[in-house]
Amino acid sequence: MNPQDSTATREYLKPPVTEVGVIGWVRQNLFNSLFNSILTLLALYGLYMTVPPLFKWAFVDSLWFSNAEACRDIEGACWSIIPENARFIFFGFFPEDQQWRSFTAMILLFSLVFYTQSRRNWNRALFPIWTCGLVVMGWLMHGGLGLPVVETSKWSGLPLTLMLSLFGMVGAYPLGILLALGRRSKLPAIKSLCVIYIELIRGVPLISMLFMSSIMFPLFLPEGINIDKVLRAQVAIILFTAAYIAEVVRGGLQAIPKGQYEAADSLGLNYSQAMRKVILPQALKIVIPPTVGILISAFKDTSLVVIIALYDVLKTTKVTLSNPQWMGFSSEAYLSLALLYFIFCYAMSSYSRKLEKALHTGH
Amino acid sequence: MTDKTIQHPPSTTGRPIIEVIGMHKWYGDFHVLADINLKVQEKERIVICGPSGSGKSTLIRCINRLEEHQRGQIIVDGIELTNDIKNIEKVRAEVGMVFQHFNLFPHLTIIENLALGPIWVRKTPKKKAEETAMMYLEKVKIAEQAKKYPGQLSGGQQQRVAIARSLCMSPRVMLFDEPTSALDPEMIKEVLDVMIDLAEEGMTMLVVSHEMGFAKRVADRVLFMDEGQIVEENNPHDFFDNPQHERTRLFLSQIL
Repeated sequence: MNPQDSTATREYLKPPVTEVGVIGWVRQNLFNSLFNSILTLLALYGLYMTVPPLFKWAFVDSLWFSNAEACRDIEGACWSIIPENARFIFFGFFPEDQQWRSFTAMILLFSLVFYTQSRRNWNRALFPIWTCGLVVMGWLMHGGLGLPVVETSKWSGLPLTLMLSLFGMVGAYPLGILLALGRRSKLPAIKSLCVIYIELIRGVPLISMLFMSSIMFPLFLPEGINIDKVLRAQVAIILFTAAYIAEVVRGGLQAIPKGQYEAADSLGLNYSQAMRKVILPQALKIVIPPTVGILISAFKDTSLVVIIALYDVLKTTKVTLSNPQWMGFSSEAYLSLALLYFIFCYAMSSYSRKLEKALHTGH
Repeated sequence: MTDKTIQHPPSTTGRPIIEVIGMHKWYGDFHVLADINLKVQEKERIVICGPSGSGKSTLIRCINRLEEHQRGQIIVDGIELTNDIKNIEKVRAEVGMVFQHFNLFPHLTIIENLALGPIWVRKTPKKKAEETAMMYLEKVKIAEQAKKYPGQLSGGQQQRVAIARSLCMSPRVMLFDEPTSALDPEMIKEVLDVMIDLAEEGMTMLVVSHEMGFAKRVADRVLFMDEGQIVEENNPHDFFDNPQHERTRLFLSQIL
């Protein structure tokens, strides 16, 4: 109850004022004992030794837009490697004159994600919008209908990374939910199938799944039938991630009190209604943090497709570094790439925090 | 049937709405319910009491199949409860249940809690379902909270919402499983008042409760259960003033 609502007259006191202000904070947190004071001083010395030289290397002595020759004469960082090779790093082997298609497809992808992130747009229209978006994206990337065809083996760079990870997540999430529900099923056949699937997949590294999809799987196909390599890698990523999502979602389902299931049942809702309307909305909300953890690691794991000779953005960077002209600038290249990955991962985790807050209903 | 007042017993003719015949239930090896026979007429109000562990909650949870029975028959509104899930869902739609711990859906607002069943089970259009929901919220005197979430309400308010949620399905029978046991004393009355109103309107009710004042006021029959059996069954007047069994007397002396 608010103090204002109460009719009783009594004083509400402020908490006692302790040490406040900057000096108070510093004293309380950095120099509150001899040992902590020594640690603080050591940390300050460490920062003094590392930060200024790093700053000088990255920003003062560095070159941002130059050719490779100019970079040989400086002591600082040669960031020029990124803008100079941007085309190849971001788009790889996609034909140069068709590059706009790859670019447009990525813009479309970002727009779709941006549109979807707002909760106001979560309605029935989402499904047709995504279907249209995907068809247009597929058409832009692959071609046909008036555009020259670009084989998937030429798809590379950032679009490949983003597509593998986004569709990996979008595919793995519902599959994981189904597996989690299946594992809790009362039907022994369904239950044991799901358990076997989840445990098998979790017992195998992603690399071996990718190998299987690219080398072993085609051996089992009849002669003449060939499934696209990118598609096979995509399926492997989905199947792999789904097993992890399943276990996280199962944890969420177990956290829902029995009374919720009973209340849904006693209203006469059938199994699918009870799950969709009552149980899953609560269970999935509880497991947002671990789910996002899995999605983030799935995003980073897409870089493993390099071992089956797909050129994701990490591989195109490596190829750039093997160019004699740009050899030796690997710190700059990898730091830039790390920043790129960080931006995407941080966007995911801060979105999940926002979502958690928005879905909190005070229970 | 035109009988609306509380004092008159409901007619005993016609087909009972709930019929339990020779029903047994086990939890593993433990024999929780033994040879239960019970007929409930339409508009009848029954209060079930008994010591904890006597099987009274289990009994009413069998009536909407939240628990399975292993022997005997339970027939609700002409439908026998078996493993047939479609029949179970049909029965559950006609039988409202109010739980000790309310079990409102915390991720939905109050009005969404109420409209969920009608929209999905009865296929009522959303607008109509929400109108009905508001009507029942007014009935339990809580309409101003419609847009809030259950977590923002007091226990007594939540239990009244839970009652309204069941009523929205226009059930033929209401089951109450210790509806006031989890409430603070000052909130018990507001919930009991709603239940008394409901009884006066002629709802068929089975109430597991230790609220003896409520039993005296509205019950047509009081059942006393002990060790999984119905030990005594009588009208409230005789039940409280002249209990027949030693165990009933002992129980009443402890709670009154």
